[in-house]
Amino acid sequence: MSSTTHDAHHDHHAPPKGITRWLFTTNHKDLGILYMVFALIMFFVGGAMAMIIRVELFQPGLTLVDPHFFNQMTTMHALVMIFGALMPAFTGLANWLIPVQIGAPDMALPRINNWAFWLLPAGFTLLLLTLFLPGGAPAGGWTMYPPLILQLGDAFPFLIFAVHILGISSIMGSINIAATILNMRAPGMTLMKMPLFVWAWLITAFLIVAVMPVLAGAVTMLLTDQYFGTSFFNAAGGGDPVMFQHIFWFFGHPEVYILILPAFGIVSAIIPTFARKPLFGYSSMVYATASIAFLSFIVWGHHMFSVGMPLAGQLFFMYATMLVAVPTGVKIFNWMATMWQGSMTFETPMLFAIAFVILFTIGGLSGVMLALAPVDLQYHDTYFVVAHFHYVLVSGAIFSVFAAVYFWLPKWTGNMYDERLGKWHFWLSTISVNVLFFPQHFLGLAGMPRRIPDYALQFAEFNMISSIGGFVFGLSQLIFLWVIIKCVRGGEKASDQVWEGAKGLEWTLPSPAPYHTFERPPVVK
Amino acid sequence: MSQANDVYYVPHESRWPVYGIPGMVLLAGGFSIYLNGGSWGMPMMVIGAVITLLMTVMWFRDVVNESLAHKYNAQVDRSFRQGMAWFIFSEVMFFGAFFGALFYARVFSIPWLGGEDPATSRFLWDSVVLSWPTAGPGFLDLEFQPMGAWALPTINTLILLTSGVTLTIAHHAMKENHRSKVIWGLAATVLLGAIFMSVQSYEYVHAYQDLNLRMDTGIYGSTFFMLTGFHGVHVTIGAIALFVILIRVIKGHFTADDHFGFEAAAWYWHFVDVVWLGLYVFVYLI
Ligand SMILES: [Cu+2]
Repeated sequence: MSSTTHDAHHDHHAPPKGITRWLFTTNHKDLGILYMVFALIMFFVGGAMAMIIRVELFQPGLTLVDPHFFNQMTTMHALVMIFGALMPAFTGLANWLIPVQIGAPDMALPRINNWAFWLLPAGFTLLLLTLFLPGGAPAGGWTMYPPLILQLGDAFPFLIFAVHILGISSIMGSINIAATILNMRAPGMTLMKMPLFVWAWLITAFLIVAVMPVLAGAVTMLLTDQYFGTSFFNAAGGGDPVMFQHIFWFFGHPEVYILILPAFGIVSAIIPTFARKPLFGYSSMVYATASIAFLSFIVWGHHMFSVGMPLAGQLFFMYATMLVAVPTGVKIFNWMATMWQGSMTFETPMLFAIAFVILFTIGGLSGVMLALAPVDLQYHDTYFVVAHFHYVLVSGAIFSVFAAVYFWLPKWTGNMYDERLGKWHFWLSTISVNVLFFPQHFLGLAGMPRRIPDYALQFAEFNMISSIGGFVFGLSQLIFLWVIIKCVRGGEKASDQVWEGAKGLEWTLPSPAPYHTFERPPVVK
Repeated sequence: MSQANDVYYVPHESRWPVYGIPGMVLLAGGFSIYLNGGSWGMPMMVIGAVITLLMTVMWFRDVVNESLAHKYNAQVDRSFRQGMAWFIFSEVMFFGAFFGALFYARVFSIPWLGGEDPATSRFLWDSVVLSWPTAGPGFLDLEFQPMGAWALPTINTLILLTSGVTLTIAHHAMKENHRSKVIWGLAATVLLGAIFMSVQSYEYVHAYQDLNLRMDTGIYGSTFFMLTGFHGVHVTIGAIALFVILIRVIKGHFTADDHFGFEAAAWYWHFVDVVWLGLYVFVYLI
């Protein structure tokens, strides 16, 4: 049906040279790498902010930074990690992997692909610039609730437009991914034969296109409330500050699934490989992912139990949220069943995948606790919530990115990474992430509020333990960086299949994969 | 989209996105500085807007040239179709946020502030009577009139519905290779779009001058101007797109079975049309 053609008729199997290769590229592998490098840089930027937070909380009292700067750090840490690290990391993986997993020559809309990537540095230029503006960076929390956010200084419009630009970037990236999956599959690659990473991304792309415009609308109303006299979130004018929370979380809850569904796809690729068994319950995985996506649209109120809501609303959101545990449980049991009686080996990607299953489940269970409206009144805005979403997003989503990088790095670079260093990275990260976040459950249950730079003396020990875990976790990531650099520069040559149990089109390609792949589509049986 | 071409076209490189990025930073940064009261915000914004506009024009020019060179096969055509459909879906969700705000205010916040929720009314504005349209309990002494539905908005509804018909006539003519009818139908559509925007501008002047209805007239003014304003922006974009398509038709860029550019603009126009029907019912009528 198709293959690729190019403007230039010179040898188009070699990438062009120099900086313009990266600036003007339309190649899905180049763009995937750009996305992932950008995500890695932002991971360390956001990580540095987290370190400042943990240093400040190491001891009670105001020790390192002034409270206003502390608030800027909590807010910016979230924005940088969500929009700068995790989403671009997953989009980068999608760019590199989806065409080679479905046997396509490239992404469906290569120019849009380039634009979507370069909007990210544009958005973050505006966002990070605010750190140097009078009044500082956004400090009212990443959720941008009015009326507090309207007290922000010069940074306010920069924040709004940065969110707009980052939103355009992820919408464009997702449109491209959806069109690629639906239109570019090799003959015989039916929807129910697609790798689960591709399925997860198809559903994620749908979520992004559905909810990022809603966030854009919400922040646009903040902008007009601030500068053009509208009263959307002003009760005096007949509006309601709580209305912002409804609109924001209509975006915000699907957003957390945007950050976790691709992780499900990654883990569903890695566990069968190292268990040397096919994935248990493929079609139930697809349906579970779709159900989670559907449910994500009707549970947003669980973020707002404490702001005041009619009883019927509380009950609806509580039960709907608990329903999410059903398809999620299906997935977790499927992964366990895949490992059951498998001939397992424990290379670094598998270690991270197994840690994902265990630690993400802990985060999921604390999520069920938070879903209960009556007890959420106690947990709301405490460190219990912080512990919950960091289990889901750090030892969940970020661990899946680690797993994916170790898993596919040999395919990208042609070299095996250093397994010994990988294991060091895994064990240090896994132990320290629990030292970092597990005590925060108890801090939260005992009543320590989030986003406050100081705390009562009875919280001192657990905060110190948590901070030590944080420092170890932060430093461990330097190992990760070193493993990547080392692997890019050389190492033991990887075979085409790389992993003994690896199945799928990408493993039929040479390692490293050539610049253009599947210019003639493969036949999938 | 010629049948002779069985390969998926991937442009070798794409310069316009990267050239446009400084434009977007200047546009957004300049607007921010302008809103913060900085004097060089406005010039930055203008430069940014010009760069962004140039980028858009050059990008589309490249795509048009590649299409004319028959570089796009049927599969590329499908990618464009799906991309456009997803984009329109994202636009629907964007309007959804503002419709959501309108419904929330009318169903929840206005009745609650008006006494239905005892706690709210006791602690905020005791015993106010609120009914839609309202500027809110804090602006009860504000005199304004809501925008009536029967004169201008009804005319505008008819104009926009007619433009949908003329566009469909043009589309059928396109499929039958009836070029003069295409040109006639498209020109009529663009003209009707321009008339719609003129009526809309007149309505805004009328609102500000005669009705004392402004963007800061509480939640009624907020939702009215936000929804009709963003709709107007989309009508303008749609009309410009159709005008470009009109010129391309006159230049003979399209054939009976190869005219996705036309169809994309038409889809967009119908989307704008449907959003208007929502506006007409929920902003003006009810
Ligand atoms: Cu949620």
